[in-house]
Amino acid sequence: MAFEIPKTAYSGKIREIKLGKGDKAVTVGGETAYPFYLFEGQMPNLPRIAMEVYDMPPEEWPAAALEPFAGVTGDPVAWAQKCIKDYGAEMICLQLLSTDPNGKNRPAAEAAQVAKKVADAIDVPLIVWGTANHEKDTEVLRAVAELCQDKSLILGPVEEADHKKIGAAAIAYKHTVAASSPIDINLAKQLNILLGNLGVPDNMLVMDPTVSSIGYGIEYCYSVMERVRMAALTQQDTKLQFPIICNLAKETWKSKEAKIAEKDDPKMGDARKRGILLEAMSAMVVLMAGADVLIMRHPEAIKLVKEMIADLTAK
Amino acid sequence: MALTGIEIFKLLPKTNCGQCGVPTCLAFAMSLAAGKAELSKCPIVSEEAKAKLTEASAPPILPVTIGVGEKAVKIGGETVMFRHEKRFENAPAIALLIDDQMPDAEVDARLNRFKTLEYERVGLKLRGNMLALRSGSNDAAKFVSFINKVKSSTDSPFILISRSADVLTAGVKACAERKPLIFAATKDTVDQIGALAKETGCPVGAKAANPEEMAALTEKLAAMGIKNIVMDAGARTVKQAFQDQVIIRSAALNKKYRPLGYPTIVQPREMTTDPMKEALIAAMFIAKYAGIIVLSDFRGESLFPLLVARLNIYTDPQRPLATTQGIYEINNPNENSPFMITSNFSLTYFIVSGEIENSKVPSWLYVKDTEGLSVMTSWAAGKFSADILGPAIKKSGIENKIKHRKLIIPGYIAAESGALEEELPGWQIQVGPRDASNLPAYLKNWKA
Repeated sequence: MAFEIPKTAYSGKIREIKLGKGDKAVTVGGETAYPFYLFEGQMPNLPRIAMEVYDMPPEEWPAAALEPFAGVTGDPVAWAQKCIKDYGAEMICLQLLSTDPNGKNRPAAEAAQVAKKVADAIDVPLIVWGTANHEKDTEVLRAVAELCQDKSLILGPVEEADHKKIGAAAIAYKHTVAASSPIDINLAKQLNILLGNLGVPDNMLVMDPTVSSIGYGIEYCYSVMERVRMAALTQQDTKLQFPIICNLAKETWKSKEAKIAEKDDPKMGDARKRGILLEAMSAMVVLMAGADVLIMRHPEAIKLVKEMIADLTAK
Repeated sequence: MALTGIEIFKLLPKTNCGQCGVPTCLAFAMSLAAGKAELSKCPIVSEEAKAKLTEASAPPILPVTIGVGEKAVKIGGETVMFRHEKRFENAPAIALLIDDQMPDAEVDARLNRFKTLEYERVGLKLRGNMLALRSGSNDAAKFVSFINKVKSSTDSPFILISRSADVLTAGVKACAERKPLIFAATKDTVDQIGALAKETGCPVGAKAANPEEMAALTEKLAAMGIKNIVMDAGARTVKQAFQDQVIIRSAALNKKYRPLGYPTIVQPREMTTDPMKEALIAAMFIAKYAGIIVLSDFRGESLFPLLVARLNIYTDPQRPLATTQGIYEINNPNENSPFMITSNFSLTYFIVSGEIENSKVPSWLYVKDTEGLSVMTSWAAGKFSADILGPAIKKSGIENKIKHRKLIIPGYIAAESGALEEELPGWQIQVGPRDASNLPAYLKNWKA
């Protein structure tokens, strides 16, 4: 029996979406096969990694996560610049943690000012992420959209409950929308349809299926992402043919397994390396399922994942 | 590959005699197709039909067992490309490499790590499964004494690795009763190693340069009557090794290509020298189809995430993992500490208990058996309502552990608070946050 390399019958393609503007804009998507199945199809744009910046000094981060950003965690502009200059970040994700109504509850207008300052200070694409509180995100992301008009931001999370108002602002001020749905392929599709109906252009949308880390339900997002890709590539489901964005790092580093010190549990090994590996391995797992944009934290985890992407796509 | 019920029916005697325990041959055929019956139940089926059915019903990726006893490793037997299509069956075995040229102290340290690096999660013990014993010395006598030393310290299964068929033969003979994986038969050594496998009944690793040459090799082994084969398809670049895993799985499942219908073994340590990157490559192979992953070393910081990733990916999507019902003590609570209730969906438990730990507030958490459903789902199914929670709390024994009578319920079941107060006279029901991430703030402000 002669051996013949089996091939999947693909009929669809992921949309190519340009993020940001100018020389440093990046394009993601465009896949015509499952992730890294390069014997079957193309992956014209490699997955990209955005580095996280917070709008307030992080609390309760383990030392390993703080150490690379020593001296800049109080200043999001300096933090973003350090990510680009020292760690080669191709994109930045500004996490507007301070706006959380259950936390600092910083007013929308102030948060928008911070976003503007960061956007003005950098030339790589900027993702601005809220706190998944519908009322507050509506206020905050609308203010950000307006103040940063023509900056071509990526705004998220845009969920079903707040998609109209945030979506409208994104359309008005020409930002890309990160459509966020709770680990469910049908809800993901429905939200993409709703945003399309609202008038969000097809080239201004990326999908966030909601991700978690190893040990905290990563298998659920893994399978939802695989199903999304399957529908998009083999069942011509045009409403799922969008690049996938994964806001991963914060899920990884908040787990107790990323924080516990080696002296408190020697079997868990070196805490710094463990945190880096939990983040990098979680990224690896979602890359296998179809991630196009990863929001990550630790420079070493990012370096490892970039090497893996390069290896998997080597000519 | 599996036949349909109708295809099987055509091969049956069609007598409807009922001796198999089912009234008709058609019904029996359907049970066979669903894997719910054994063909041996039919006393009158022809030998020819039996042969056809056995051949057709063999799994497309043969299961292979390595080792003996409780710690034996079973791999292969996979039936899908994507876990959501059914489930991944047998999680990849993770093996620790030890070489006979390593100093005794290093060998002992590795054996010790192999034994002690074990983690408990959702009532399961997570640990490495195999020892890959390599003859770097290429000296048969040395390999044998090394194997004997290791053998006396563990009953976990072995992979015996050598380039020399003679050294391998000596090694296998030293521990054949343990049914080690013989690694490996190549196109040059297939006759000798195949004979050795046949003679000792040990599973055999096959190593070739690519999937096509692998197919030729396994066909030779199969012709010798050997079925317990594990394949190393040769590639040592991340890209080709990854693609080969996909190609092999797809050929076996989608093309029913029998010569590649065996589990695989991967060697991430031969694709990088960086232990961190090795761990990432291993994580990739957990998601994409490895049967055995051999690691250069075991370290807690990389082994633990790998074991948990493996647990996650190999969880049956149709059966959520559940945590044991009971009262959990978090951060050393006392009689004045807050008391919460949640469901026993393992993910709910991990997130809720993790946030309570993060809060550093000493707390009691009662995990109610909801058959592995989340709070919302079990509540909607009537399994997390006041009439069930009230009696469960009374029986839980919490009343002997705390002085106050305040129960914090998840925000999503706020509607149950009135009925719960009726079920639990003397108790005050407090509605906690909907989202566990708001628990630390809630608990910090909580007063007995």
